[in-house]
Amino acid sequence: MSTKLVPTPGQTVGPFYGYALPFEKDNELLAPGSPGSIRLQGTVYDGAGHTIPDAILEIWQPDAKGNIVQRTGSLVRDGYTFTGWGRGAVGNSGVFTFTTVNPGPTKPGAAPFISVALFARGLTNRLFTRIYLPEDTEALANDPLLSSLDPERRSTLIARRDPDGGLTWDIRLQGEDETVFLDFQ
Amino acid sequence: MPKDVTAELESEELVPPAEPKAAHAPLDAAAESQADLSAEINALGEAYRRALKDGAQPETQPRLDYPPYRSSILRHPTKSLQHADPETIELYSPAFGHQDVHALESDLTIQHNGEPQGERIIVAGRVLDGDGRPVAGQLVEIWQANASGRYIHKRDQHPAPIDPNFTGIGRCITGPDGSYRFTTIKPGAYPWKNHLNAWRPAHIHFSLFGTEFTQRIITQMYFPGDQLFPLDPIYQTIVDQDARDRLVATYDHSLTEPEWALGYNWDIVLTGPKRTWTENEAYGDAGDEE
Repeated sequence: MSTKLVPTPGQTVGPFYGYALPFEKDNELLAPGSPGSIRLQGTVYDGAGHTIPDAILEIWQPDAKGNIVQRTGSLVRDGYTFTGWGRGAVGNSGVFTFTTVNPGPTKPGAAPFISVALFARGLTNRLFTRIYLPEDTEALANDPLLSSLDPERRSTLIARRDPDGGLTWDIRLQGEDETVFLDFQ
Repeated sequence: MPKDVTAELESEELVPPAEPKAAHAPLDAAAESQADLSAEINALGEAYRRALKDGAQPETQPRLDYPPYRSSILRHPTKSLQHADPETIELYSPAFGHQDVHALESDLTIQHNGEPQGERIIVAGRVLDGDGRPVAGQLVEIWQANASGRYIHKRDQHPAPIDPNFTGIGRCITGPDGSYRFTTIKPGAYPWKNHLNAWRPAHIHFSLFGTEFTQRIITQMYFPGDQLFPLDPIYQTIVDQDARDRLVATYDHSLTEPEWALGYNWDIVLTGPKRTWTENEAYGDAGDEE
């Protein structure tokens, strides 16, 4: 293998991404209301507990059967192809919404999760985290990442199931219930 | 800095001066001066250089906790990031192709009926992974201010002219050698509300994907020789000079086109990859190449 190159540093997404990064149906991995579709919703908070009106998230996940999809067409959605990737800016009240499917386990017994990249004004570099489904408690208990965390922090990565089948998962950038963010290097 | 001032700046940053010359108002006691900010920036820089001398590892990424960038104060995690081995979905990247991006989207000067104002430039380079391999067939997105330092964004009320012939957004898909190329207008510097008389050096925002989602990055490209570099708390969130230099493009006369546009070269190196060769069957797949 060749010598390792030093990676280019990140920078904040800044306040003015709003006319550039969002696109039509960016947060609809599936058409809302279509069979198997669920709502994934949450709020982004800062260290004072205030909602953040200028954050933008991306989710990347397997399909409902746990397959990792390698299909193009996320930016110009045809309404039928599940690409596994979506982008959603929060609104003025700090709330983001995606329409997606429950990700399936990528192998038998694995805890299904959605990968998340978070960008915001005031956030100097992107942050990675995960959203786990709450149901398979045995898989959650055996998950390598979750089992390495303190129990009280582990819960920040597990979504709540809403009565209508949707998922709720909030992000806290700082403070007592600070979300667990990941370093892959 | 007291909390209430932080809150005030947080809200004011979103509402820049609506009336021309508001920035020239007499120094008000609540607003911090560039000298105050520069003193903080320099103190952090010197502490870092001392640590380097004492054998600390160079910091290659921005600090999440960098108080001179006031908006970061309440928006950085205070607990250390959790080390994780990327798994399954994280070892793959979403796929983009020519269904997603039209070839003309890489020219920001042809999106309207007329020619935009300003200095036409070409920005070109390659996207590589940490092993030096090209990242082929992947999405690159850019956005920027116009030549006067004005963004189209509704929250940018800086009293510089909007250019009806320039929006400032572009996209492309990298070639088989990881290459990208944009034709655009050199952006202007612009004022912001971090402190009194705060100005951002001219920059272009870049958004990049790799072959794995863990390589995802958004950053900013700067222009060589900008006098605002030492004064800018965002550029200085990267405390290491070598690392900061990696965000500065190089003027490249071989990219310059006669009687048309000046050329700048900027290569981007992503982290990783982490996927092993046995899992690597999709490596180098250039998406849909129709």
